[in-house]
Amino acid sequence: MRFKLESALPFGLLFPSVAFLALLILAPIGQAFLLAFQTETGEFALAAFQRMASDTAFNEAVRNTFLLLLTIVPLQIVLALAMALLIHARLRGQTLFLYVFAIPMAISDLAAGLVWLSIFTERGYLNSILQSLGWIQQPLLLLSYQNPQGIFAAVVVAESWRATAIVMVILVAGLQMIPRDFFEAAELFGAGTLKRTWYVVLPLLRPSLQTALIIRTLFAFQTFAVVFALAGRTLPVLAGEAYTWYYSNRNPAVAAAMAFLILLLSLLATVVYLRVLQVREEERAR
Amino acid sequence: MASIRFESVRKVFGKVVAADDVTLEIKDGEFMVLLGPSGCGKTTLLRCLAGLERVDGGRVFIGEREVTDLAPRDRKIAMVFQSYAVFPHLTVFDNIAFGLKMQDRPRDEIKRRVAESARLLELADFLERYPAQLSGGQRQRVAVARAIVMQAAVLLMDEPLSNLDALLRLQMRAELKRLHQEIKATTIYVTHDQVEALSLGDRIAVMQNGRIVQCDAPMQLYDFPANKFVGGFIGTPPMNFLPGVVRVSDAKPVAVVGEAQIAPSAAFAPALALKNGQPILLGIRPENLVLTSSPQPNTIRARVLVVEPLGSHKLLTVQVGAEIAKVSVTPDERVAPNDDVWLRFDPEKIRWMDASTGETIR
Ligand SMILES: Nc1ncnc2c1ncn2[C@@H]1O[C@H](COP(=O)(O)OP(=O)(O)OP(=O)(O)O)[C@@H](O)[C@H]1O
Ligand SMILES: [Mg+2]
Repeated sequence: MRFKLESALPFGLLFPSVAFLALLILAPIGQAFLLAFQTETGEFALAAFQRMASDTAFNEAVRNTFLLLLTIVPLQIVLALAMALLIHARLRGQTLFLYVFAIPMAISDLAAGLVWLSIFTERGYLNSILQSLGWIQQPLLLLSYQNPQGIFAAVVVAESWRATAIVMVILVAGLQMIPRDFFEAAELFGAGTLKRTWYVVLPLLRPSLQTALIIRTLFAFQTFAVVFALAGRTLPVLAGEAYTWYYSNRNPAVAAAMAFLILLLSLLATVVYLRVLQVREEERAR
Repeated sequence: MASIRFESVRKVFGKVVAADDVTLEIKDGEFMVLLGPSGCGKTTLLRCLAGLERVDGGRVFIGEREVTDLAPRDRKIAMVFQSYAVFPHLTVFDNIAFGLKMQDRPRDEIKRRVAESARLLELADFLERYPAQLSGGQRQRVAVARAIVMQAAVLLMDEPLSNLDALLRLQMRAELKRLHQEIKATTIYVTHDQVEALSLGDRIAVMQNGRIVQCDAPMQLYDFPANKFVGGFIGTPPMNFLPGVVRVSDAKPVAVVGEAQIAPSAAFAPALALKNGQPILLGIRPENLVLTSSPQPNTIRARVLVVEPLGSHKLLTVQVGAEIAKVSVTPDERVAPNDDVWLRFDPEKIRWMDASTGETIR
């Protein structure tokens, strides 16, 4: 009896999360798959994908998504690492740092986009401040469609503000798992802050960096609300195009194809990270 | 010059006083052993010297330079951590080379010195391995190699041989001693192993509850423990302590222990004469007790409880009145459990201690 219970227990414990995943993730994926690959008559075809790729905004959306990813992810990793190391240094007031740094995590991405919109817009906070300081005469049109670099920069700032905290939390947790001895030994044997970070902290932090990179990159492929709030469709991105296909163009099939493309890219990125940042068995602390 | 000086160093963790007003001076090139029970503050003292722990009071000097507020890497110290702290992501070679690399030494110098240290610690075959692929003892030797390769003026070792088997330990002990004679680094060496302490130390500092209770040359420490704690801590088996009362008649003191009367040597008689009627502890090492089969002056009756033949000698556990004592005798001594024997005290070898404070009477 006891034996039976024990062997059934793991499955019992797994059941809720499996059911949850099946209902809310797997089922929609299946549905999206059918939507993307099935024509109205029920045959399997790549028509939706062809339609998606032939759209004028598509190439731009792909380019923008990757540009944003390549700008934001490294920026966030560096920022988050600096913040995590600052907290880990156990300076006075470190908990305050942690709370302040973590505030953006509590804000939804659309709200974050709107916050930054109110800052960057023509009559926003930024322009008011600059004008009252007398640094500019005319308000800067940062978010104008004639100023794509301005929009891009605003999105980068807003996205970094919004999603750096999650990376930081992962890295802080990772740092706390590393025994202090290693840092002490490094310092004692003559490594200054930079060398210590490069030769000891980063290598030992690799598992956490891997997690953070995967999460951040997946988020970056899904970047949508912040861009939408700040730029509308002036700066098309993949997730935004999926939304447009669904609601504006009323074409669920192409929207699903788009979602499938994002899923594929995410999987690919995850595999790359897992490979490149792999921590070999023998390098693990025992 | 790398002498070391602790001046009234104090370190507190919450309610625990891990270093309590420690003052200790270690000469340039000296090999100082720290000995003491678990939790008495040995590691804390090393960490205060290395700068890994900020002192709560007092000052630390290396040479003539005050280092109390200096960062660890500016103190020019090499250390073997009690927990090894061998980097898991680096091979044995890179672990040993770590400190030299941080100093940007030329490659061939690093190679040569790492090879030398690895040979000394018998790690030459493992240089390409990662720490997770080593046994505990091998990992500990990597930690030792990483420290000695630095040839730093100050070398701190926190139980560096604790995890090795007896034979390797014996061998490494000799290597460390030879190395010290060669390099003459000022060394502080923490150990629980008394043999290690006695064989390696120029001096031994015995710690208890964050304080240094005695710091002396090994044989001095062994022969003249400053108090009951040191006598009971040093020596395997430790010193025996028998309670007695001082009785003075005709200005001649004796200690009454049970039915027996033990007279002190001339050197201690005046001090004891001042303690008429007071309780006293009579401390004597197991090897300084002699068995006789009949009562004589300065003897005490005892009953043999256990006989342990240990090769070079026999260890007896005997009952003296209500006390248990250990006696070390030659292997050919004919003695069996339940024998009644008399123990003769060599008055020169008795250490007298105040029964209430445990301090040795000098
Ligand atoms: N970081 C710390 N926080 C709180 N208490 C500590 C800390 N480090 C040490 N202590 C306490 O200080 C005392 C001395 O510890 P220390 O590590 O110096 O002992 P030790 O003599 O090295 O013991 P062992 O022989 O077991 O290694 C102990 O009571 C310990 O619990
Ligand atoms: Mg210790």
